[in-house]
Amino acid sequence: MAISDTGFVLDATTGESYSLNPMGLEILNYLKNGLTDDQIREKIREKYDVEASTFDLVYFDFIRALQQFDLLEKS
Amino acid sequence: MKKMVLTLAVSGLNNTDNPGPGIPFIRAVKESDKFDLRIIGLAYENLEPGIYMPEMADKVYKMPYPSEGKKAFLERIEYIHQRESIDILVPNFDAELHTVMISEKELTALGIRTFLPTLQQFEERHKSELQKFGEKYDVKVPQSVAITGMNDINKLPASFEYPVMVKGKFYDAYIAYNKEQVISHFNKISAHWGLPVIVQEFIKGTEVNVIALGDGEGNTIGAVPMRKQYITDKGKAWGGITIADTRMIDLTRKIISATRWRGGMELELIKTINNEYYLIEINPRLPAWLYLAVGAGQNLPEAMLLMALGQKVEPYTTYDVAKMFVRYSYDMMVDLDNFQKISLNGEL
Repeated sequence: MAISDTGFVLDATTGESYSLNPMGLEILNYLKNGLTDDQIREKIREKYDVEASTFDLVYFDFIRALQQFDLLEKS
Repeated sequence: MKKMVLTLAVSGLNNTDNPGPGIPFIRAVKESDKFDLRIIGLAYENLEPGIYMPEMADKVYKMPYPSEGKKAFLERIEYIHQRESIDILVPNFDAELHTVMISEKELTALGIRTFLPTLQQFEERHKSELQKFGEKYDVKVPQSVAITGMNDINKLPASFEYPVMVKGKFYDAYIAYNKEQVISHFNKISAHWGLPVIVQEFIKGTEVNVIALGDGEGNTIGAVPMRKQYITDKGKAWGGITIADTRMIDLTRKIISATRWRGGMELELIKTINNEYYLIEINPRLPAWLYLAVGAGQNLPEAMLLMALGQKVEPYTTYDVAKMFVRYSYDMMVDLDNFQKISLNGEL
């Protein structure tokens, strides 16, 4: 998987491409660097004003979307 | 390095929304630094765009339709050969391949080389034979039945679940959701392409393709997998991207090795959501999107010409992943005089 600085993601095995917004890109890069869900939550909450429960709702929705598109292995 | 001076005859100049591989083939070999080529275009219709495209064919001749048979084909080729001294002939239409194959002895006697699959390779990969092909070479294929009339449609095995694909022996494929649609597609396809018509199990998934070239000794000289990104209503790729799929490459090598495939081919595959690959068709020639392989680093037409000349070619081992192509349409202005020449004289 190739991720550009602008949020363009290419799955080279399928040729499918996706566009991420800046938040999605930041999270995907954390995932790529091996951070856990808790570490990512902590990082994001340090930078942005967001409740943990709100973050979790959106974050796990995003994770499911990544898994659905085969961009992330199911844990 | 001294370039080889050659005269190359190429068909498939129909650069329409259902394009033949002729023009991209010419483009590819013209970019090679190994040849100094005179290109002879072979056309079937007066309005094949490649006839009029600048800097493609140096001379174009009309050909008799393949249905007119071997004698008509050879008479026309001999006429062209007397004027042009053809070194290599590259047929690009499925419908003409059989005629060229059975004329190989005569072509060789004339000094015209080809680089085509053998008749056995050609015959056993027919859509109507796909199931046997899959069993023989241990490749997953959809269940297929060749039908020649209404009686066969009524006797379709109960194991067929709708929807099914209805396909012509050379071209055309339609999806049918019930028996009435099978009959309708059967009538349309058989009127255009003859019999048999093939009814094939519909495999749900993503269509992916491989362009490849075999040397006839079991070696894969090149192979590039692609996913269509933009598909026309005729099912043709209007845009595509090379992909890093080693399983597709492995499957291609397996098929080329097992069949000892000689010449160009296109594998049409369906990748299911369970990551299984079904072979739905083998086209016995390089496909119209062949220039994507050239753009990705594998000039397969160049390699094919070298092998036609009896040279040993080192296999390509890599290609650029995520190389894309997008087709476009363009209105050429055509001199009426040129149209008149090809229409009346059969040459331009």
